[in-house]
Amino acid sequence: MKRLMNNGQRYWITFATILTKEILRFTRIWVQTILPSVVTTTLYFVIFGHLIGDRIGEMNGFAYLDFIVPGLVLMSLITNAYSNVVSSFYSSKFSRYIEELLISPAPNWIILAGYVTGGVARGLVVGSSVLIVALIFTDIHIAHPGIMLLICIMTATLFSLGGFINAIYANSFDDISIVPIFVLTPLTYLGGVFYSIDLLAPIWQTLSLANPVLYMVNAFRYGLLGVSDIPLNIAFGMISIFIIALTALSLNLLRRGVGIKT
Amino acid sequence: MPALIATQLTKIYKTGFHALKGIDLTVNEGDFFALLGPNGAGKSTFIGIISSLVNKTSGQVRVFGHDLDRDPESVKSCIGLVPQEFNFNLFLPVIEVVLNQAGYYGIPRREAKIRAERSLRQLDLWDRRDSEMRTLSGGLKRRLMIARALVHQPRLLILDEPTAGVDIEIRRSMWTFLRELNHEGTTIILTTHYLEEAESLCRNVAIISEGQIAERRSVADLLNTLHTETFVLNLRGRVSELPELGGFVLQQLDDCTLEVEMNRDHTINGLFDALSRNGIEVISLRNKQNRLERLFLELVDRRTDAAGAKE
Repeated sequence: MKRLMNNGQRYWITFATILTKEILRFTRIWVQTILPSVVTTTLYFVIFGHLIGDRIGEMNGFAYLDFIVPGLVLMSLITNAYSNVVSSFYSSKFSRYIEELLISPAPNWIILAGYVTGGVARGLVVGSSVLIVALIFTDIHIAHPGIMLLICIMTATLFSLGGFINAIYANSFDDISIVPIFVLTPLTYLGGVFYSIDLLAPIWQTLSLANPVLYMVNAFRYGLLGVSDIPLNIAFGMISIFIIALTALSLNLLRRGVGIKT
Repeated sequence: MPALIATQLTKIYKTGFHALKGIDLTVNEGDFFALLGPNGAGKSTFIGIISSLVNKTSGQVRVFGHDLDRDPESVKSCIGLVPQEFNFNLFLPVIEVVLNQAGYYGIPRREAKIRAERSLRQLDLWDRRDSEMRTLSGGLKRRLMIARALVHQPRLLILDEPTAGVDIEIRRSMWTFLRELNHEGTTIILTTHYLEEAESLCRNVAIISEGQIAERRSVADLLNTLHTETFVLNLRGRVSELPELGGFVLQQLDDCTLEVEMNRDHTINGLFDALSRNGIEVISLRNKQNRLERLFLELVDRRTDAAGAKE
């Protein structure tokens, strides 16, 4: 029992150390990590919201500017959660300071939890910043804050796990930018950020259902606006399944030492 | 209880390279142990397996009685590693590198700060605690790697070429520090290319060659196996003709320098007596070659010849 408690305290200290290191990392360089998303989404609001949005009219009963807010917030959150973990973990591999952790008694699940929570933290900080900008530009009243926060945490967790797996397999800095550019961005843009899937032809609607981002954007839209193209329980179920699958894969890769041990 | 027991340790890399071919090695608690071998012999692979940076292919590792496969956390808690290559986040301040390492070992922050200060002071790095890693010289980085490895007070410290590339002054101060550390009870395993370092610091030695232990005994025993020793003598005045000295093989390097190869049955006193009788005065003398280095080369050559003969 004493050993278990000692282990619990030791694991907590290790987890807190990794998490603090990760948070300090992105807050020290906030101009590179937090500010760009805020500036970019402000431009989206100005251009798509005010200049083009007024001509588009309403979507699902909301002004176009209001409709795209959930997608823009979630897009920032996804990109930042992913890129935080992928760049931090790959840098630690590249400069070999991951060895500091590998030789320590930190169990693999603590290492994973530390990095993923670091990604979630950056995703939430950037997502919140973008949301604050959105609230300045719009008259949105948050419909279900609890659901909104939960979906933010789950989405950031899922994409932090994705970033972690990407970093494990990456052998160069090119490898950590390929997935965000060629996979993450298309999935996000095609995940209903800027449109309702009701606008698509039936075949494209069906294909869109295979895109995990669609479930997140819609669940988040429900939290923020109270409307969704996808039933909420299906959205939570899908996200949970993806989180469980990627966690299992990450732990398996760490156990085998793929990409980090010879 | 032995600090380390490696049993039939093998490693075959994905490329098919057989780096370790069934290594059996025991290092006793409190020992200062040297692991020597030419480049590519398997020293770093061996150390990598013990410190969990390399996956072994087969075999068993026990550290202070803990099995690496069954209880890796206990094994890791016992070991401090000073790797061959720098492995820092270069953008972090010195103190943070040490504090983070303490955190990874589960040491509470307040205790970690006390230990970090002690480690950094011991290695003369306290004044540089707020400097970013990238601003440190190579010698300071080497010392920091030792400070970092000691912050969790390991019972077994493994140093993979710790003094590579550092100047002689820092090397000597590191030797003094390591001797004191060993004296206080820390078991130390050291790999080095400076064989003088091993001869000066270590009590026992193993020589790895082509993934196998070629020799394992005390440094003193090993040096006793040398049958001859060669000295270089600087003379007062010129020697025009080499004298005949029974039991000593002389060779003239220049007018004022002689090389003498002497059998272990003879003494330096006997050599000086014989030289004096021939009117030769010696100003100074030195070993032609580090003794361990010579043995090392002999052993490795012998194994290479044996391997060649098998083929």
